[in-house]
Amino acid sequence: MKIQGDLKQRKTVMALEKRFTQFVESPTVSGTGEATDATVPRGLPKIETRTMSFFYGTKQALHDINLQIQDRSVTALIGPSGCGKSTYLRSLNRMNDIIEGTRVTGEVLLDGEDIYASEVDVVSLRKRVGMVFQKSTPFPKSIFDNIAFGPRIAGLTKKTELQHIVERCLKQAAIWNEVKDRLKESAMALSGGQQQRLCIARALATNPEVLLMDEPASALDPASTARIEDLIFELKQNYTIVIVTHNMQQAARISEKTAFFCMGRLVEIGRTKQIFTNPIQKETEDYITGRFG
Amino acid sequence: MSESQQEQLTGNASPKPRAQAASSLRRRFSWVRAREQLIQGVLFGCSLLSIVTTLSIIYVLVSESLIAIPPHTAFFQEISFSEFFTSTKWLPQHDEAHYGILPLLCGTLLITGISALIGLPMGLLIAIYLSEYASPSSRKWVKPALEILAGVPTVVYGYFALRILSPLIISPVFHDWLGFSVMGKNALAGGIVVGLMIIPMVASLSEDVMRSVPNSLRESGYALGSTKFDVSTKIVVPAALSGIFAAFLLALSRSIGETMAVSIASAGLANLTLNPLDQIQTMTSFIVDVMGGEVVSGSTLEKSLYAVALVLFTITMGMNLISQWVLSRYREVYQ
Repeated sequence: MKIQGDLKQRKTVMALEKRFTQFVESPTVSGTGEATDATVPRGLPKIETRTMSFFYGTKQALHDINLQIQDRSVTALIGPSGCGKSTYLRSLNRMNDIIEGTRVTGEVLLDGEDIYASEVDVVSLRKRVGMVFQKSTPFPKSIFDNIAFGPRIAGLTKKTELQHIVERCLKQAAIWNEVKDRLKESAMALSGGQQQRLCIARALATNPEVLLMDEPASALDPASTARIEDLIFELKQNYTIVIVTHNMQQAARISEKTAFFCMGRLVEIGRTKQIFTNPIQKETEDYITGRFG
Repeated sequence: MSESQQEQLTGNASPKPRAQAASSLRRRFSWVRAREQLIQGVLFGCSLLSIVTTLSIIYVLVSESLIAIPPHTAFFQEISFSEFFTSTKWLPQHDEAHYGILPLLCGTLLITGISALIGLPMGLLIAIYLSEYASPSSRKWVKPALEILAGVPTVVYGYFALRILSPLIISPVFHDWLGFSVMGKNALAGGIVVGLMIIPMVASLSEDVMRSVPNSLRESGYALGSTKFDVSTKIVVPAALSGIFAAFLLALSRSIGETMAVSIASAGLANLTLNPLDQIQTMTSFIVDVMGGEVVSGSTLEKSLYAVALVLFTITMGMNLISQWVLSRYREVYQ
């Protein structure tokens, strides 16, 4: 019984390793691997949290998180359910402010500026740090109005400029060809995968520097997931991306760095390749190999 | 020892299960089933009663106003449709009686219009406050306050309008200050109190639909750099628009049907006027007015009550049906 279990685990490990080597050896990805090496020494991190703790009321959800996120890279946050990775993600653009009774201690720095400082304007912070949610949430408006929402509330009214932005964002989100003839139709009529790409396009329309993604592909079929992943790959040329995912393969495929969270603590952060092939902490290894979580 | 006991038990028990098995397919009297059937019957009877009531009301309205059983004559067999719907005079108690419903429709429209101007925006703003802005602790105060407003008897509203609103506020402002002539009973006073009356209804129905807008939409809005006001007015209200529209229609049908406050505060001569400072007569207050006096049974005046009631019934039922239709369509969006 025990031997069988071990065997099974070893098989998973081997399969994971095999998949990972394939991934690393593919030409496009090995290129980015080098790029990561080049970006690591480059000065200030885009986002940094220092001894950051988070509380829901009296319950502490995050304990002393120290984490640096590099500019123009993909950082994956993995960990079992309830480990605090989504809470961490949502605290990076102060989304948790909406929930009553939440509190943050420590520092969250965006380009060296503390985003929880009292003089910070949350609205302009969220324009710089966009977010895509697990469930696609198109507004019950037309496709055009969905994308134009962010620019419009920022005060842009010129029709031609809005049209430019809508076209640019839909192209960036690789959905332009599918919807260009029906921009006036309701966004609710799109398929699940299209809706999620629409939401990404909508988040891009405010010209953010950082894009936070909370399990953006978890509700999608494999084909749509692949498109979202390709899209993330494209977007990291220009944006800093932080993505929460439950899908190990996805984390391995798209991220340069992976952070493993467990029980509200950051257990380990490192280059994705290292985390998946040679994790330092035993907890990480157990989680990645499927022995726990 | 135990084996023999078991044998004995099975030996004794074996004929019995067979008998039960044989009888279990046949229906036998059971108290449980009888009680279930009785309960079902009582419940069905209750729902049947409300349907029968509705149908008999419709029957009475139709038989008195449209088609009567031969010895009788219905209202529209004495007064033509064209007189009823086009004549501008409503003088049923006059020697030379006129039965044109336009002044009554106009009075009802005036009351409904004024109440809509006050009740709908106020109700919607309160709903936005309750659904989007209010903290749980302030909700705890505002909601019961609204319920108290909803619980005030309409006759008290009418009295308030006649004794306080009209002489102490409307008359000083419009007569003493602006120089209009103001009647003691006027449509404005009645319209305002009916507007106050529908606020709780608009607020709580609209709040319900606004709260049912999924939180994920709000979060997406905030994530795009929206303020609370942006989220409320550009996401929540548009998403709940059809539900809000249905709430408005229900509130308006309440305004149309409101009787007591209007009778006390506004009703007098059936003038065909849109002047809110004049006295008016609505469909409902006319019915109260005639019922309060002496009506000769079988007279045209008596039958006119049914004709007016039929018009009123048709309008409010139409509005309720439309609002239900809108609501049911809205529900499909987020399911």
